[in-house]
Amino acid sequence: MTDKADLNAAVAAGVLSADDQFGRLLRSIVDVARAIFGAKASSIMLHDESTDELVFAAVSGEGEEALVGKRFPSSAGIAGWVLSSRTPLVLEDVQNDPRFARDVAERTGYVPKGLMAVPLLDEEEALGVLQVLDRPQRSRFSLQEMELLGLFAGQAAIALGLLRSAQRARAALEGDGDVAVVASLAAAVDSLEGSRRDAGISLLRELERVLGQS
Amino acid sequence: MAEDPQAEEVAEEEDDLPAWSLPLGGASKIALENPVAGRVDREWALGGATGRGVRVCVLDSGVERNHPRVGEIAGAVAIRLDEEGGTIAEPDEEGDLCGHGTACAGVIRGIAPEAEIYSVRVLGGGFSGSGKVLVAGLHWAVGQGYDIINMSLSTTKRQLGETLHELADSAYFQRTVLVASAHNMPVESFPWRFSSVISVGSHEESDPMVFYANPNPPVEFFAHGVDVDIAWLGGGSIRATGNSFATPCISAIAALILSKHPRLTPFQLKSVLFQIASNVGGPDDRQS
Repeated sequence: MTDKADLNAAVAAGVLSADDQFGRLLRSIVDVARAIFGAKASSIMLHDESTDELVFAAVSGEGEEALVGKRFPSSAGIAGWVLSSRTPLVLEDVQNDPRFARDVAERTGYVPKGLMAVPLLDEEEALGVLQVLDRPQRSRFSLQEMELLGLFAGQAAIALGLLRSAQRARAALEGDGDVAVVASLAAAVDSLEGSRRDAGISLLRELERVLGQS
Repeated sequence: MAEDPQAEEVAEEEDDLPAWSLPLGGASKIALENPVAGRVDREWALGGATGRGVRVCVLDSGVERNHPRVGEIAGAVAIRLDEEGGTIAEPDEEGDLCGHGTACAGVIRGIAPEAEIYSVRVLGGGFSGSGKVLVAGLHWAVGQGYDIINMSLSTTKRQLGETLHELADSAYFQRTVLVASAHNMPVESFPWRFSSVISVGSHEESDPMVFYANPNPPVEFFAHGVDVDIAWLGGGSIRATGNSFATPCISAIAALILSKHPRLTPFQLKSVLFQIASNVGGPDDRQS
């Protein structure tokens, strides 16, 4: 990310702040996904770039408590394929796959019959995978549901993209790079009141004029 | 080849063909036989065909060895990149890491039982850099001169899109047909959007030989992609939905056509697919 992008993101961070808000956003996505499809569970796995792993970031329904924070290699299984191929996939009767059943049971203690998995794509970036487990088996899967899943995942990915840029911005603000200097200056001026604040702002305007001429 | 005087003569004649422009009198040298003269229907296109002699590459997660619904495959390599970004293609001992490639190979085998299936594994080495491995794998596969490359996957990286575009065009001109899954999400992805590939989405019917030409591209054909009975890991089967599984239907139908008409170019093949599509050729053509 460039400094300029960091700075833009820093503005976004002013709007989107605390981690618990991000947590609530993720939780809301999985709750809504579960409700849309009447499914037993839904989860979001985010890609951790530093370790190249997928991490359970939010879970609604079965496996809810045990799963959040669990990690596995980004090349593993169906979620790994969906992430790498950027292609959604719907599987039924997955219990017929002994390896899948064993791996998932060890990880989650819950083996679904069927699952929908869709990549979370924010423009060029694949941020993670949204899974919806065990929708009711009342009817065979339809293209309409596939479209709905894709549209919902698109919306969720935009929200997550904002989250990620805000997190990056915070890291930039808390670091000791150039952006952090600007941010701490902005914070210092923002904390002033009355004439001191006016003076601070005119000083910054002058600085902007001088720097703008160079 | 060099020991066959007739073949040498043909090669010389081909060398003499105009490539970049057509001089006066040159037209007599490029008289072409029309491989699709007369009525094109399913009987002409693929009646009695088995895919024999056609080399189909599954660019995916690998293919499970000796799966009953896939049988013997003609070759399997795994692609990875070395530290300088060079391509390494090694014999693939691991088979399939997630089931998807096996599923695609099973769909192809079900429709074109005698096609030669090759597995080129580009997934499984981790997500980071997977787009580059995909491009390297396609480059390698195009270099092998396969007749058909099935790509039930895509990348969203624009930077890689340009390279993929060049590769897709190279494949097109060397008579390698790329069949690629269309994306059913509102994002830009590659290579399915390129006009030099055949792009495939899903319909909801259950007959794998029913496919439709789309009058509103970029998705060009719709094939059986909903609730598909597919091969899966451990020698088993599951049901699945996705353009991923519609794509090998078209790859396999293309293999049938090429096994009967091996001289077709990708352009001619796409025209034949259009002419025998279930919404073009009429109700008779719906019978497989």
